[in-house]
Amino acid sequence: MELIHVIADIIVSLGAFFLLVGSIGLIRLPDFYSRAHAQGKADTLGVMLIIFGLLLNQLTGGAYINSVKLLIIIAFVGLTNPTGTNALVGAAFRFRLKPWFKDEQGGKAENSDNENENKEEEKD
Amino acid sequence: MDKYFIYLSVVLTVIIFIPLYRVLMGPTLYDRILGAGAIATKTMVLILVIGLVFNRLDMFIDITMAYAILNFIGTIAIAKYLETRGYRKK
Repeated sequence: MELIHVIADIIVSLGAFFLLVGSIGLIRLPDFYSRAHAQGKADTLGVMLIIFGLLLNQLTGGAYINSVKLLIIIAFVGLTNPTGTNALVGAAFRFRLKPWFKDEQGGKAENSDNENENKEEEKD
Repeated sequence: MDKYFIYLSVVLTVIIFIPLYRVLMGPTLYDRILGAGAIATKTMVLILVIGLVFNRLDMFIDITMAYAILNFIGTIAIAKYLETRGYRKK
């Protein structure tokens, strides 16, 4: 096994670790905005690292067209994944979805309060 | 070395099932859309790894590019639709 394959496997493992951290953050964080933060940053970095590891793996086989296409996919994911998350957060913010503050709600994640507040606003 | 990518595909399949909780039980509609986007992003990587296991990466790369474009367009369209209209509870 060559050295570049070992480096590629290490980079791919690091990317899988970041994907795992992003998924755990998506179900453990208390608020929509913090969940969007976990999904927009950790997932993008994990996907880019895994595809970069596959690119290093393909570079030794002589298939350069695959490497160029993987580079295009890296650029596309790095551009579009944060853009989509940002558009979704902007839509939620313009709908006045309340952020989560630790002082007001006693340090507990209660999203039902947010829904009730939004309902009252709609009645007004 | 091929064994490593088979194990990696199993691990990625387990990771993909974690945001399904947020899609099913999410408090607001935005959480569900965010979880669906996370699942789509991870599925892209799984398609690439499976292509490497099957040794047909040149075919699976094109599928991945189409899937990435579809995911992006879907998220942007839903965000724009919710931004102009908002959504009603229950």
